[in-house]
Amino acid sequence: MMPEISFNIDHGYLEGLLRGFKSGILKQADYLNLIQCETLDDLKLHLQSTDYGNFLANEPSPLTVSVIDDKLREKLVIEVEHMRNHALEPLSTFLDYVKYSYMIDNVILLITGTLHGRPIHELLPKCHPLGTFDQLAAINLANTSIMLYNAVLVDTPLAPYIKDCISAEDLDEMNVEIIRNTLYKSYLEDFYNFCKKQGGATADVMCEALAFDADRRAFIITINSFGTELSKDDRMKLYPRCGNLYPTGLKMLGECDDYEQVKAVADYYPQYKELFENSGSNPGEKTLEDKFFEHEVKLMKKAFMQQFQFGVFYAYIRLKEQENRNILWIGECVAQRHRAKIDSYIPIF
Amino acid sequence: MQANRTPHGVMPVPTEPTKRYGTPLGAIYGIISSVLIFLLVLVGIYYVLTGKGSRVDIGWFFLSTSPYMWALTGVGLAISLSVVGAAWGIYTTGVSINGGGVKAPRIKTKNLISIIFCEAVAIYGIIMAIVISTNISVCEIALLSSVKAIINLISSFKMFGAGLTVGICNLACGICVGIVGSGAALADAANSTLFVKILIIEIFGSAIGLFGLIIAILQTTGAGMASE
Repeated sequence: MMPEISFNIDHGYLEGLLRGFKSGILKQADYLNLIQCETLDDLKLHLQSTDYGNFLANEPSPLTVSVIDDKLREKLVIEVEHMRNHALEPLSTFLDYVKYSYMIDNVILLITGTLHGRPIHELLPKCHPLGTFDQLAAINLANTSIMLYNAVLVDTPLAPYIKDCISAEDLDEMNVEIIRNTLYKSYLEDFYNFCKKQGGATADVMCEALAFDADRRAFIITINSFGTELSKDDRMKLYPRCGNLYPTGLKMLGECDDYEQVKAVADYYPQYKELFENSGSNPGEKTLEDKFFEHEVKLMKKAFMQQFQFGVFYAYIRLKEQENRNILWIGECVAQRHRAKIDSYIPIF
Repeated sequence: MQANRTPHGVMPVPTEPTKRYGTPLGAIYGIISSVLIFLLVLVGIYYVLTGKGSRVDIGWFFLSTSPYMWALTGVGLAISLSVVGAAWGIYTTGVSINGGGVKAPRIKTKNLISIIFCEAVAIYGIIMAIVISTNISVCEIALLSSVKAIINLISSFKMFGAGLTVGICNLACGICVGIVGSGAALADAANSTLFVKILIIEIFGSAIGLFGLIIAILQTTGAGMASE
């Protein structure tokens, strides 16, 4: 049925609320104020005049960037958890999907920590609070990799991804980054299929966003794999198969040996060609990563053009993450008195 | 789209999400509706092939049904469909005002206009229901001459038609105004200069319900029931 006539029964309130949150995203004018700051306390003062309000009010005076980071994150988490708690199906599943990506990062963090023998109470505070789940702390209890696999991982919400692509033996042998990318690949493909099944505007917006995410991962994996012992066949297995690159582009990426060849693959896709052409590591040029972030912001802003769809929830979380990165960047520049690059944040609105 | 792109020799990409909710009922609906259509066709063919094709005709139903039934059903449809339309519009707009009003409380009074537009749709329904029901008068059907009986039937059909017209028009109008009103509330919350502009769209949406009302009034004029 047309989503317009039934969407608001279950999700209308949350969409209105979310669009309210979205109007609190910092504007260009706010950033211009922020980059004028001399100290972190100035930064705090400027942030108080925005939607963030008094979120740093109770912090003791020598403010550090990591405190700001924690508080920014906490604010986002409160908002997302509030929406998750009020959500009905299928929005609740959708929000769960969004949280899975943070869970993957947390699980990987804990596995790395456990393999290196770090105590769990040291690792848990480092986990992203959006990706916590009940069984997370139990990862510490497992001693051997088989136990870790059976007792804990299969019980978590990530179980379908782990079960399908990683066996218990792999946990021992595989590089952690490879496990992360394999998990993320199955997760992305699953999320893509879920969104496509929702149909309508949700599918329009989300499939585009997830396809871009998949393609970005494929590019980054390829570029990062140069000079490592990752074989081409193994690399091929890490590419998420839901993007615009699938299948021809991924095949070509799988055969690349250096950056120039990756660039040649991107030339076949107008949207990525532009990103590769204008990027570089020379001073004054933006890095490829920043270009990708910029493109993502553009896509996410477009998600707000349509009403009665779930894409806005994903887009808001993504934009807020980008905003946190921007504030952190400005904060770091201010704290280290390194003002030359302070304006290479990515403006959102 | 994605599944079709999988070329030969490449491992197929899963196209079903691992998380599901609810039970797909499409197959069950399909079976029920195809069985019903099959039975109808079977009965129809049976009548036609056994020389009783005239039974497929349902004209007798219109002639033998009481004119009061038609007229009162018209009244009922007019008010009930209008109220459904209004309710649909009001909740669509209302929840958006609630949600948008959390961060931008200034929208809450201004956007009551959208709710009032939806409410107007129900009022059209009430007006028509009253107008139609004033045309219903008491008569002894068995004593009527055949001409008067036909006049009675005609006016009852007119009333039924008028009720249906105003009901369906108002249902569509209510949904339309509701969706636009929901957009208006969220747009107003984001940027208050947009409110008046979107309100104009909403007024046009609200006007289409009026068309139904006008036509329904034309239909009912002269639909007076004959008495002896």
